[in-house]
Order: sequence, then structure tokens, then C-alpha cells
Amino acid sequence: MKRFLLPLAVFAVVVGFLAVGLTLNPREVPSPLVGKAAPDFSLPQLYETEKTFSPKDMAGKVWLLNFWASWCNGCKDEHPVLMQMAKSGEVPIYGVDYKDQRGEALTWLQQWGNPYPLVAVDESGRVGINYGVYGVPETYVIDKQGIIRYKQIGPIDQDVLHKKILPLVKELQTQ
Amino acid sequence: MIPEIGHFALILALCVATIQGTLPLLGAASGNASLMAVAKPAARGQFLLVLIAFCCLGAAFAVNDFSVLYVAANANSKLPLHYRLAAIWGAHEGSLLLWTFILCLWMVAVTLFSRHLPEAMRARILGVMGLVSFGFLLFMLTVSNPFLRLIPAAPDGRDLNPLLQDPGMVIHPPMLYMGYVGFSVAFAFAIAALLGGNLDAAWARWSRPWTTVAWCFLTVGIAMGSGWAYYELGWGGWWFWDPVENASFMPWLAGTALIHSLAVTDKRGGFKVWTVLLAILAFSLSLLGTFLVRSGVLTSVHAFATDPKRGLFILAFLAVVIGGSLLLYAWRAPRVGLGGGFDPVSRESMLLANNVLLVVAMGSVLLGTLYPLFLDALGLGKISVGPPYFDTVFVPLMTPAIFLMGLGPIAQWKKADLPALAVRLRWAFGVSFGTAVLLPFVLGKWTPLLSLGLLLALWVVTTAVVNVRERVTHLTGDSLMTKLAAVPRAYWGMQLAHCGIAVLIVGVTMVKGFEVEQDVRMNIGDTTTIGGYTFKFDSIQDLMGPNYTAARGTFHVTKNGGDVTTLYPEKRFYMVQNQTMTEAAIDSGLVRDLYVSLGEPLQGGAWSVRLYHKPFIDWIWGGCLIMAIGGVLAISDRRYRLGWRREQAAAA
Repeated sequence: MKRFLLPLAVFAVVVGFLAVGLTLNPREVPSPLVGKAAPDFSLPQLYETEKTFSPKDMAGKVWLLNFWASWCNGCKDEHPVLMQMAKSGEVPIYGVDYKDQRGEALTWLQQWGNPYPLVAVDESGRVGINYGVYGVPETYVIDKQGIIRYKQIGPIDQDVLHKKILPLVKELQTQ
Repeated sequence: MIPEIGHFALILALCVATIQGTLPLLGAASGNASLMAVAKPAARGQFLLVLIAFCCLGAAFAVNDFSVLYVAANANSKLPLHYRLAAIWGAHEGSLLLWTFILCLWMVAVTLFSRHLPEAMRARILGVMGLVSFGFLLFMLTVSNPFLRLIPAAPDGRDLNPLLQDPGMVIHPPMLYMGYVGFSVAFAFAIAALLGGNLDAAWARWSRPWTTVAWCFLTVGIAMGSGWAYYELGWGGWWFWDPVENASFMPWLAGTALIHSLAVTDKRGGFKVWTVLLAILAFSLSLLGTFLVRSGVLTSVHAFATDPKRGLFILAFLAVVIGGSLLLYAWRAPRVGLGGGFDPVSRESMLLANNVLLVVAMGSVLLGTLYPLFLDALGLGKISVGPPYFDTVFVPLMTPAIFLMGLGPIAQWKKADLPALAVRLRWAFGVSFGTAVLLPFVLGKWTPLLSLGLLLALWVVTTAVVNVRERVTHLTGDSLMTKLAAVPRAYWGMQLAHCGIAVLIVGVTMVKGFEVEQDVRMNIGDTTTIGGYTFKFDSIQDLMGPNYTAARGTFHVTKNGGDVTTLYPEKRFYMVQNQTMTEAAIDSGLVRDLYVSLGEPLQGGAWSVRLYHKPFIDWIWGGCLIMAIGGVLAISDRRYRLGWRREQAAAA
């Protein structure tokens, strides 16, 4: 009898793991950048093209760096969440327009609204490489010392916003 | 209105499935003939209802009814009609409807070709299939309904995923599902036999053709998927050991083992318990594959939308169906007697060894597929398991399996004589060994794997030749033709399927050994030479497709100054989905493929271009096709045809 129960036992173990697996997100890959200083850059701005933006400008503040593009579908999904955050004023979101065309980016923001106080332009995607961006949208939470505390791959939804990002931002702001 | 009819038909089908899954099983348990008689009409009725639902969804796609959420999400008014119809199975909900529809198709087939079965057996088989179908219908109606309305209706649809807008994708999923779901018949036979307690040779004889048909479909389905990846993904690979591919490959391995084990049970009455377990395993892996693909527990290049509720439902269903069957197995199997004994050297022992190797191979694919999940669940980090693992594990497992594949059909049942076998096969071994060692030198490059691959392929073919020769000389007959005609088709089918494996091995070996690939930057007018073929980038022009715009390159290929072909690779941009797709251009041939795909446009009008020279790659799919033809030949054997004729006579 015992050896005939073996397949069932193996199956039970597999089901156990699958059940745990359902609660995990395989796309959530820990970024090696979390806990490290945000890579420095200096990029031209989208609106005032003669000016540049650098993460150093944000020293002493907790802020979000959001990589997006007008050609990106996921950015469209997350956009209302960003607008809501911008309205609440809890944390500033700085945008990086990633591998995009200026005209299309401007139209996109005009059409859907602009949640960013400032948008930097990463036309070649070089800065994206330094940040380990492998698809847009991606968002980084950066603390007062300029250290990356969290990386969101893919769109921010209400769940991520309320369970991860906002609590983290509040904690960092009090430090 | 039409979507509501479809929805309603599904609800009715669920009711019918409930009846089909209970009354006949109760009837079989209590010996009540009138309850058992419910099975057949219920199965046919359910088929009709699901057919109606299927047609309703098809109609919604045909008329661009964007008030149906599923249609709005997976079609567009600009999408050509044939792709709109293929979009029925272009995403989750519709795939499930196809799954259920095919299950009903198999159920109807069982009602048509089961007159020779005892009433109780048939009632149990259809009852078990009814229960499976109940689960899928419930799944659809609760969390995956393809008929949900979108109010207000969308002005236009979001279009079908461009990756799926391809003729191969139109037929690949139905083929694959015919295979997956086809194993449900063998599964139902096994469960019915366990329930009835009559695991005899007759049960195996009945299961054999069903299993073979399902296996043929699965073989073709997998080959088509691989071919699709080859020309549609644009990087020239044909197998990636991606979780979704593995999900289809595992049932294939188990099914292949099952076919061989069934042969032993049928012919010798042995391996009964093992055969039952394999039948459960093959279908369980089909279900597991569905879970892995649909629940999103693993990352894959095949990005499917995921929903935790759906994952939970399938997991629960999986636990009930597979767990229940394995419990039944643990309870009933110990009472099944052993078959006839056999010697350590005999056809049985070789088939057993082959079976074990196939199951171990399946297990290692399963382990590799689930390993990232195991580690993640235990909090040990994130990893991905890729081709290096699978290649390392697979070659050592398949080498002895294929060696035995040549030996097995020649060995006698019960007790074979090893020295005599060696004598009979000395020429086959000598020829294949000599050729395998020398041929790579002639081809210009020697590596151990190249020789090994050729050795295995040649071994399979030469042993088959020896086997056929011996078989024919032992027959009595006037001429060679009458002798050949006297050999049963099942035997030819087996040999052909084995030769298909040899063809596949040649393909894999030659591609791995001799493929040339180059990523180059090319301007208009540039030439690049690979594998003796010169590719000239003639021009690039803009094209307008029905739902996309494209840049089409023209590449003129020459060899030694002579024209070979002109290739037109495209870079397509699908407007609605905002996606760029690479349409590779391939010149296929018996001994080589030439493959061009456009990468990214670079500055100054240049393009990054991928050029491949792939020797013998079509042999990979050709081998699969030959295997499937072998299977078809086997089931067209006299014994089955006689069986059907008898049935038809009985019906008339």
C-alpha cells in the first residue's frame, strides 16, 4: 500500500508549492540598486530644453523617479494613479521620458495631464541602462540621502501605492 | 442576444455535465442499466450545447460585437476575418472554451466508437469525462466567462496580440489541445478500470488507439508551436525550454511512455499498475500545464493575463482531480495482479527501462520548470532555470533511451538472448558507429556531440532496417510485395515513428553543430556572406497592411555568383496594440534554411540585421510529422479497422 501512496505524496508537495507560488509574484525581481545611491545623471528637460535636471537637485527630499514614454501602454494604466498622487502632494514625482520623441511626449502629457513638476529626457536610454530599466514604466523611491529605497517594475496600481509606496515615503520623510 | 444564447448554452452544458458526471457512475456502481444509459445522450447533448456556445462566440467575433468584453479585448474591426475567428482562442476565456469544446468532441468520439465496450465501462468513462468537463464549465462560468458584456460597448476593439496574428497560431492551439485533452480519454479509461476493478489486457487494448491519436495531435501541436517560435519571434531559435513549452512537452513525454507501456499491457498483460499510473500522469500533466500557463505562477515569454482567483480555482480543481485519482490509485492498485514474468534481458525489460528514462526525463523537466517557484516559495531567492540545465540533463537521459529504442523492437518478449542480439545487430552498430565517427570530418568539423547525435540517429535507422529485413524473411509469401503487405500496419507505424525520432535527432544535431548566425549592421547596398551564401541588402520600402504598417527589406541571396532567392523580411508596427513585430523571411530547403530578420533601424538609414544559415533545421519538424504519421499508420491497423467494421455491422 505504502508505495502506491507515493505518487499522491509527491503530488501533495507540488500542490503545496503551487499554492504558495500563487501568492508570489514571479515578476518581482529584487533590484541590486535598492539600498545604493541613485546613479547620477544630467539630462535636458522636456519643457525648458536649455535647462538640465540631475538627482543632486533633489538632495534632502524624498521623491519618486518615474520612467515613462508616450509609446508605453502600461504608462497609460498607471497615469491616473500618478495624477492622484500629484494632486495629493504627498511626494513629488519626477519623470524621465524614456526613448521617446519630444513632440509625442508633449502631446501625451497635454492629453492625459501632467503629474510631474519636471520631466527629464532620456532619448538614447543611457540613463535607463544605469538604472537597470528593462521596461517602462518603472519607478524608484529615493530618500533624502539620494539612496534608492524601492523599485517598482511595471505600473503602480492602487494596491502598490497604498501598501508599499506611500507607507515607505512617510517613513522616509520622518527620518 | 447571441452572446446571451452562448452564455445560456454554457449554463445548460454545466447542468448536463453534472448529470453526466453523477448518474452513470452511480448506475455503474449499483448495476442500474437505465442510469448508465444516461451517459451517451448526456455526452452528445453537452457537445451540442458547447458547440452552440462556441459558434456564438465565433459569431460575436465575426460581426465585431464590441459590446462583448472578450471580443473588444481581442479583436479589432481592421483585423482580417480569419484572425478574428482564431481570436476565439487568442486569450484566456476563449482558450478554455476551446478546451471544453475539444473535450466534448472527444466525448462524442467515445460514444461513437465504444459499442464493443461493456455498458458499465462506457458509463464510467463518460462519467469521468463529464466530471472533468464540469470543472472546466464551472471555471468558465465563475471566473472566466467569455460572454461578459461591456457596457457601454467599445467603439472598436483592442486588437489581437500581434504575435498571434499568424497562420501557424490559427491551428497550433487546437492541435495542442486535441492532444492535451485527448489524454483525458486514456485517463478516463484508467479511472474507469480502477473503479470497476477490471484492469485486464482488454482495457489496455481499448485505450491504445485513443492514446495514440491524442499523442499524434500533441506531437504535431508541439512541432507547430516550435515552428511558430522559430519564424515569428525573429531570433531563429526553435526551442527555448520556456515554462509554457515545457508544459506541453511534459505530457508528451508521459504520453510517449504510456503508449509503450500500453503495448506491454496489451500484448503481455504486464505493467498494469504502471500503465494506469502513466495514464493518470499524462492527463495530470496536461492539467498542470493549463495551470502553469493560466495562473501566472511562472514567468514566461508567453505573457498571459493573470488573475489570482483563476489560479486558485485551477489549483483547487487540480487538487481534486489529480489528488482524487491518485487516492483511488493508491486504494485500488495494490489489488491488481502482476502480469507475466520476464527476464532482465527481454523486450519487456527494455520497454520498462525506456519508460523509466522517459519518466525521469519528464521529472527533470518538471523540476527545472518549477525550481524557480520552489526556491521563491522557500524564500531562497529568485533564479531562472534555462537551457544549460535542460541540455545537460536531457542528453544523458535520452542517449540510453534511444539506444534501447533500436534494441527493443528486435528483442524477443519474455526472454531475449543478449549474445544473439549482438550478432544480429553487429552490422547495424558497425555501420552507424563508423559513419558517425567519420561523417563529421567530411562535413568539416568534429565534436563529440555531433558524432553522438549522428550515431543515435543512424543506430535507430539501421536497427529498423535490420528489424524489417528479419521480419520479412520470416514471413511466408511468394514475392517481396506480398510479404511486405502481410506485415501489420501497426508495425510499420512503430518503425516510422522511430525513424521520425532519428530525423529529428539529425535536425537537432546539425543545427547545433553547424548553424551560423550573424548580427550585422547593414546599409542599403551592403553585402554579408555566411555559410557560403551572400546576402545583399537591396532596398527598404514602406508597406501598409490591414492593421499595421511595415518596413519591408529586400535581400538578394546569391551563392557562387548564382541567384538563390530573394527574401523580404518585415518590421511591422501594429497600430492598435502599439507593438512592433519582426516578420522573419525564410528560404526553407531540405538541407538548410536561410533566415533574415530586421532588427532596429540605425542612424543613417542602416539597419541591424540578423542573418542565419541553419542546416537541416526543417528536419526537426519533419521528424515530428513523421512520428505523427507513424502514429496514424498504427491506428489504421487491421485490428482496429476490423473492430470498427464489426461495430458498424452491429449498428446497422
